[in-house]
Amino acid sequence: MPPLTHYLVLSAILFAIGTLGVFLRRNVITILLSIEIMLNAVNLSFVAFGRYLGTVDGQIIVFFVVTVAAAEAAVGLALVIALFRHRETLNPDAFTTLRW
Amino acid sequence: MPLTALMAVVPMICVTLTGIACMMAEAFRNRGERMPIGGLGVIGLAGAGIAAGALWGQNTTSFGVVQADNFGLFVTIVLVVIGLLTIAFSSQVLERDDVPSGEYYALTLFGLAGMILMATATDLLLIFLALEVLSLAVYVLTAIRRDSFAGAEAGFKYFLLGGFSSAFFLYGIAFAFGVTGSTRLDRIAAVLTSRAATEHPLMLVAMGLLLIGFGFKVSAVPFHMWTPDAYEGAPAVVAGFMSTGVKAAAFAAFARVFLSTLEPMRAAWMPALSAIAIATMILGTMVGVAQTGLKRMLAYSSIAHGGYLLVALVSGNEIGKAAILFYLLVYGLTNVGAFAIVALAGTRERGNDSLTDYAGLWHRHPTLATLMTIFLLSLGGFPPTAGFVAKWYVFSAAVGSGDYLLAIIGVLTSVVSVFFYLRVVVMMYMAEGAAEVSRPIVGPVAALALAVSAILIFYLGILPAQVMTLAADSIATIF
Repeated sequence: MPPLTHYLVLSAILFAIGTLGVFLRRNVITILLSIEIMLNAVNLSFVAFGRYLGTVDGQIIVFFVVTVAAAEAAVGLALVIALFRHRETLNPDAFTTLRW
Repeated sequence: MPLTALMAVVPMICVTLTGIACMMAEAFRNRGERMPIGGLGVIGLAGAGIAAGALWGQNTTSFGVVQADNFGLFVTIVLVVIGLLTIAFSSQVLERDDVPSGEYYALTLFGLAGMILMATATDLLLIFLALEVLSLAVYVLTAIRRDSFAGAEAGFKYFLLGGFSSAFFLYGIAFAFGVTGSTRLDRIAAVLTSRAATEHPLMLVAMGLLLIGFGFKVSAVPFHMWTPDAYEGAPAVVAGFMSTGVKAAAFAAFARVFLSTLEPMRAAWMPALSAIAIATMILGTMVGVAQTGLKRMLAYSSIAHGGYLLVALVSGNEIGKAAILFYLLVYGLTNVGAFAIVALAGTRERGNDSLTDYAGLWHRHPTLATLMTIFLLSLGGFPPTAGFVAKWYVFSAAVGSGDYLLAIIGVLTSVVSVFFYLRVVVMMYMAEGAAEVSRPIVGPVAALALAVSAILIFYLGILPAQVMTLAADSIATIF
């Protein structure tokens, strides 16, 4: 079995990919998916740590996180639909009524 | 499992059940039938308040992950007060703006349930779940006006950065779990007694990630980007609710994790947190000065107030910890009131958000102008309002622990912030109003709530000792 570090590095890479996706992609659905990638990167860490520590806690925590991610996706998609009804686009650059 | 094991979660259960009841009431409501759903929420919150009072001093624990200590209960009571005021101000505004009241109150109550859970949770995973419960409710509340594009945009931006920050927070939990083998705060604290654990590189990463997660939620600079947009796009009552409630819950968990569990790592987080506090106070004030919209100005003011709370957190002494609780109460009373007046002054078509819309408010509605003056002066920290006493405690805590730089910057930025609060006051009294701005109508419930907030602000400003002693007692249980 590969050592813990391999899993942690993979998880960190996935997290970085998700983070970059949030900043670089120009489609709100892809940005939502990038956040999902970040959450799942963390899930991988939890499972790896749990396995390393010899407990099932890590895997149980993942169930909670998956539930939260599902709820978040539901709310996020609802907000995207609300936005799309006003402006028929998914490009975040179009949503600039409020100045940053 | 004995029923007494549930005692510590009774305040949260009260609020959750009422939230479900509100949702059912809305679902079974006949078209056009009017229902006092807000009244239902008031009953639930009153129940939570009474339960919190009954649990006071008992230090009960549920399932080992929720602890109803006096610290958590104090914040619970602050949240109940914020919830009651929000509901009192909402009813009139909801009817005017045609917002579905069942959904609105259910989401408000679910949000409050999450906030109460966050204030009493003693497990990192539960803090994360509570954070998500309150955040999801508040994202939807921000975008609750379907006809408003600004609302949808604000809700989406808030959601995006909120979800982004939760991922960081969760990653921090994962590392803390990996190093200590548990997500429970007491077990983590037990591991962190040795040098090897406090200086473990992964533990430092965990601490940094948790700091980012909390920083987003309390809108500390540089994690504040969502705040002005979310507050400007949200209905004003919702902005009042989330600027106070979310902040109170997040600071409660922030203080619990950093001042109690991660206290052995103080040397690592103290410089970072000091820098964040300084940046937050300065940016909140300076950018606040440049704003021409009242909601956006109040958003930057709320960022600056977050900075003062961070000063109290950094100082970490007895008076600083008690000052956090006192400040959250005072800030809650004041900011909900200020945003409520913005909500009442607007109409459905016109938000009356621009500063010039407040010109001559004194001539159109003297009482409302007087109350707005009281709230703004309290936010600016004028004696004899509560805001002055709260700031006084925070800065004396910073001086007490030797953080002179923080205290000096705090005092200077509060002096500058007086400028933008007074600008509104001068506008209300001295300037002539535009003709198209109508005279605001204030219903009896909202008027009562405004009067109660104003009286409490003066009470806490003139006789703060009693509440401050209560706050000082509350912190004795956890730190």
